[in-house]
Amino acid sequence: MFDCAYCINRRSSNTPRARFTVDEVVTLTIEFYKRNYIEGLFLSSGIIQSADYTMEQLMLVAKKLRREHGFAGYIHLKSIPEASPWLIEQAGLWADRLSINLELPMNASLERLAPEKNGPRIKNAMGQIRERIQEAREERRKFSPAGQSTQMIIGADESNDADVLKASADLYGNYKLKRVYYSAFSPIEQASRLLPPKPPPLAREHRLYQADWLMRFYGFSVDEIASSGDAGMLDLEIDPKLAWALKNRGVFPIDVNSGARELLLRVPGLGKRAVDKIIVARRHTKLRAEDIKRLTSSFKRAAPFLITADHRPSGLTDRADLRQRIATPKQLSLL
Amino acid sequence: MTDFVVALAEGADLNGFRQGLRRGIAQGVAPEAIVWQVGAEASLFGQTDVSDAAPVRVPRAAAALIDLVVCHRDPERYALLYHLVWRMVRGERALLEVHTDPLVWRLERMAKAIRRDLHKMHAFVRFRRIDDEAGERFIAWFEPEHFILASTADFFVKRYPSMRWSILTPDGSLHWDKERLTFGPPGDPRDAPAVGDIEGAWDVYFQSTFNPARLNVAQMQKEMPRKYWRNMPETKLIPGMLQMASSRVDEMISATPQPAIKRDPQKALAKMLDTEIKSLEQLNAIISASEPFVRGGRRAVIGEGPSHPDIAFVGEQPGDQEDIQGRPFVGPAGQLFDAALEKSGIDRSRCYVTNAVKHFKFEQRGKRRIHQTPTTGEVKHYRWWLMKELELVRPKLVVALGVTAALALSGKPVTISRARGTCAFGSQAGLITVHPSYLLRLPDEDARAEALQLFVRDLINAKASV
Repeated sequence: MFDCAYCINRRSSNTPRARFTVDEVVTLTIEFYKRNYIEGLFLSSGIIQSADYTMEQLMLVAKKLRREHGFAGYIHLKSIPEASPWLIEQAGLWADRLSINLELPMNASLERLAPEKNGPRIKNAMGQIRERIQEAREERRKFSPAGQSTQMIIGADESNDADVLKASADLYGNYKLKRVYYSAFSPIEQASRLLPPKPPPLAREHRLYQADWLMRFYGFSVDEIASSGDAGMLDLEIDPKLAWALKNRGVFPIDVNSGARELLLRVPGLGKRAVDKIIVARRHTKLRAEDIKRLTSSFKRAAPFLITADHRPSGLTDRADLRQRIATPKQLSLL
Repeated sequence: MTDFVVALAEGADLNGFRQGLRRGIAQGVAPEAIVWQVGAEASLFGQTDVSDAAPVRVPRAAAALIDLVVCHRDPERYALLYHLVWRMVRGERALLEVHTDPLVWRLERMAKAIRRDLHKMHAFVRFRRIDDEAGERFIAWFEPEHFILASTADFFVKRYPSMRWSILTPDGSLHWDKERLTFGPPGDPRDAPAVGDIEGAWDVYFQSTFNPARLNVAQMQKEMPRKYWRNMPETKLIPGMLQMASSRVDEMISATPQPAIKRDPQKALAKMLDTEIKSLEQLNAIISASEPFVRGGRRAVIGEGPSHPDIAFVGEQPGDQEDIQGRPFVGPAGQLFDAALEKSGIDRSRCYVTNAVKHFKFEQRGKRRIHQTPTTGEVKHYRWWLMKELELVRPKLVVALGVTAALALSGKPVTISRARGTCAFGSQAGLITVHPSYLLRLPDEDARAEALQLFVRDLINAKASV
């Protein structure tokens, strides 16, 4: 019933529709689960009749699975923010994780592309779930025990990467989301005229995930990440950490045998796990280049930015052609 | 000096390794002097003189590493592990922290390979159903990369406790009969059914989850490595799906947008947007059909009384009697409430009476159902309904009876002694007083009489204010 331009099932699309009854979904899930085809259920639906009707159907699937079949698999339930709050909260009794899609990072785009949706209302519902999850955790009750997540569509509107990451930072900080998923808008059959004719490169989605990781586990702020690219867009050719390092060479090189953890985390090519291993190992031994090569498969990328007992990048860090030297043109992992 | 031989069984022989380790370390045998002999011949040497060797104490992390690495197919695994422990007991106690040490690094990589193999086996085992005299039974043939069958047993028992199943592998088999787990000899792929009963449905599902526009072959092969393909029915579809991907995407991009056939189903749209609850009956039907948010009573006790009354009273939750009769304030506290109303000259039948929480939360102790105070979070779950209810009932004044009602109405914790008296719940005129059950709990007769007097005074104030 909704008319979201980016969705193949929107009201104005001519795609043939099908729907399952609650019992059909329950039976399929149980039978697939028994054969170990699946370990859980990702439950989602287009709007049928109304938001409340649809949300109730989703909730009933989860409830039946748990109550009548003792289903112990994972249930991720895509909640409908336009549904009544008590329906969403009923769902939280049965699902492992509730999620509500933010869809687009800017309210204006939402108004244009998804007329039935409303940014503040979506945020409200997220805030509601966040409170209930927190209360339940404090009171040791079960309510959406695996937290809350969301999804944003990338490339269907004009939002740049900085806009997207700002929205994510808000969601992680103020709504305590477990994950924000980025989904590059992909061509669909029966596309709407409101959409850009060509999808964004999938690499954009990949870079956003990397940036998301940098915010959550590497101590980068949105502004720092945004500054690594150009005009609010991340560099598509190189990862955002390397891009930031190339623009902030004064910070480097960092000595692996003495550098602080926060600084080692900023070295391109060193992951969080590698850094943690370095911190532990260096209490017992002086680390050499060979040692670092064992901890990361990207030593070449890291080398200009770090010092080991037997390695100094000397002038390398400041060379004008450093970017070319490290970023050997290769196929991106996402085509 | 002859070699020091440790006999080991095929596969992951954790026990055999442990025994060899104890003997070796106890006798100070250097790593290069040990022969780790795996297989039938080796067993001739027997597992003798074990009892006299003391266990070797290693940090927990090392024990966990050993558990994993013995599952590896690398024939050097036992020698490498022995070498690790040898160095640890000879001064390098913290060796495992030196992640850059070549031996530690190699063992950690082996452990990682095992964890990955376990993870893949958990995901990629495919059961096929057969029916025998005892009902349905599920059989899978699987080829793990390493000797991990025994290590996966707990996982599968936990996932499928109430199903009869067998997992057959070239290294052994696992059988679960809903009660007992048994290990058996290596299986044969022909012992599992050749086709699954609902694989057709699974194929359709698998194909429909594939988005050709998001094809990433490298990522796909990382998630589902080819070595596991031959025992997974859905993988036969992958080549065809990949082949069609680019042409399907081109078609989608080049297709001109089609105008919608059915543009504006006005009536359905109007109905969709109109989700507002319009009557108390409608709301009560929703509440009655809903799952309780508290542990205990299954029946919802909804409010009662006329619409647009002067006063609506909000209590905490139904108690034992209320749950049985399905009406609010009919138990001991309800009787006291009635008496207090009478004293203050209020006609209950002209008031609306309801509870903040609509279900009786209790703990069963023997035959008795002991009342439990709802938590803040539970009260909030019910708050939407209470707000909607009062919006529909539209009383002039809302009286909160007790701390739970006050919390529900104001949305934040309230102390009765401080907040007692008239107040506002948002734009709604309100009054906060005690819950009648509080009076029942007072042990001292005089105190109770005094408290009742104060309660009646609050009720008189309520009446006077409307």
